[in-house]
Amino acid sequence: MLLTIDALTKRYPTGDLALDAVDLQVPAGQVMALIGPSGAGKSTLIRCVNRLVEPTAGRVALDGVDLTALGSGALRRARRRMGMIFQEYALVERLTVMENVLSGRLGYTGFWASWFRRFPRRDVEQAFRLLDRVGLAAMADKRADALSGGQRQRVGIIRALMQDPQLLLVDEPTASLDPKTSRQIMRLIVELCEERGLAAIINIHDVALAQQFARRIVGLRGGRIVFDGPAEALAAPQLTAIYGEEDWSQTIRRAEPNEEEAPAEAVA
Amino acid sequence: MSGTTFDAVAAARAWRPPPLITAPLLRYAIYLGALLYAVLALGSVEVNWARAAEGIERAGRFLAGFFPPNFLSKRDDIVEGLLESVTMTAVSTALGVALSIPVALGASRNLAALPVYLVCRGIIAVSRTFQEIIIAIVFVAMVGFGPLAGTLTLAFATIGFMAKLLAEDIEDIEANQAEAIRASGASWFQLLAWGVLPQVRPRLIGLSAYRLDINFRESAVLGLVGAGGIGDTLNTAFDRYEFDTAAAVLIVIILIVLGCEYASGWIRRKVQ
Repeated sequence: MLLTIDALTKRYPTGDLALDAVDLQVPAGQVMALIGPSGAGKSTLIRCVNRLVEPTAGRVALDGVDLTALGSGALRRARRRMGMIFQEYALVERLTVMENVLSGRLGYTGFWASWFRRFPRRDVEQAFRLLDRVGLAAMADKRADALSGGQRQRVGIIRALMQDPQLLLVDEPTASLDPKTSRQIMRLIVELCEERGLAAIINIHDVALAQQFARRIVGLRGGRIVFDGPAEALAAPQLTAIYGEEDWSQTIRRAEPNEEEAPAEAVA
Repeated sequence: MSGTTFDAVAAARAWRPPPLITAPLLRYAIYLGALLYAVLALGSVEVNWARAAEGIERAGRFLAGFFPPNFLSKRDDIVEGLLESVTMTAVSTALGVALSIPVALGASRNLAALPVYLVCRGIIAVSRTFQEIIIAIVFVAMVGFGPLAGTLTLAFATIGFMAKLLAEDIEDIEANQAEAIRASGASWFQLLAWGVLPQVRPRLIGLSAYRLDINFRESAVLGLVGAGGIGDTLNTAFDRYEFDTAAAVLIVIILIVLGCEYASGWIRRKVQ
């Protein structure tokens, strides 16, 4: 098992219980969608994995290493294996595209080397190869805030890949994007995960997108897991359990026209 | 939805913009109090018009002494004072900015732990509480007359000014950009260099340029308490009743302040 989460609990200083003894296991190479209403604890869950948020109790292990027990130096080394992709892209806007991509290598680079931007040649090569793959090689020296939303998210994805991760933690990657770009971004993430054998936890609002691109779906409500199963098993009763009472017939049907993708996924 | 019972026209006619102070009693009490105070205050002013008339005549003679400004007879003193002021300004700004950066980092609640935060906010408060003249008097007493006292004064004042404004900017950074850098496994110093510095650099440069401008102006004042610079030259000229030389010094100060202001404005526009 790549990622093992045991009884993970997070209570914020305000008293809000964001996670209530969550157990979750993610095998290597599995792309998993985490759905649930706003405030269900999705963001907190993935931030507790790389400890951007300190869990209150419980245990998180990546590849057998107990992340919750690590000191700051060891935690930084462990974070290199967990790439993170953000809702609002979280690129450093005043830096160039290339600098943003190379910031994925900070965990492998000494302070002064990173201060003078003297990254190893093969890191820069890798950065150009990945930028070219998403059609942004010509933008390398543009400032990040000159890019469109979809382009920024591609840069964000590449930054995470530069870390040479085993696991991607993806927080609402499409929430700020239009429907077409959303699908392109989700397809890119899933493709890259398959190519490189990466596992991913993808927080996502859009149930149809989750069903289209992830084979396993976990539903979170009020800090507890209320559904864990294959994408096909998600139907009206399960959605009611996750989100509450609503007419779900349209939501589920919306994924149907895009079903041409499904057979390809089943093979892969 | 409840269109049958709700009369939008009547509601719109009755609607008034919300007043600044909600409670009407308090509102009128404050207005009335302010009016009463203005009347009483004006009534208590005593002006001795005869003395004022005399004073105006004396002021006229005093000002006439300024003309024509004399740049030449004390030229060496003016040049020396000016160079001293410029040196004090440059050194104190560089020193003050360098020292203010760690204080600013410590005074940012999003980066520093609470004890560090309180200490750094304390340093800022102390530096900002006292006017430069008072600090200069203390430094003159400590290190003696001359530009060293002035330089230390300006550096000290720069710390409070820069650290406070820079800390505000650091607290306003986009947290998710810094979070992304942290998530990559970056160390604390890398977080500062990659996640924080790019976001605050325009403000850091702009504030430094602005402070350079302020420090020159202050350096002209500090001479009055013996802390060196062109203020010393000005003070000496007044003491010797050489009003024409004093006028020349004032003109030089005005020109340099204008130049500094224009330059710092230009720098700030460029980096924003």
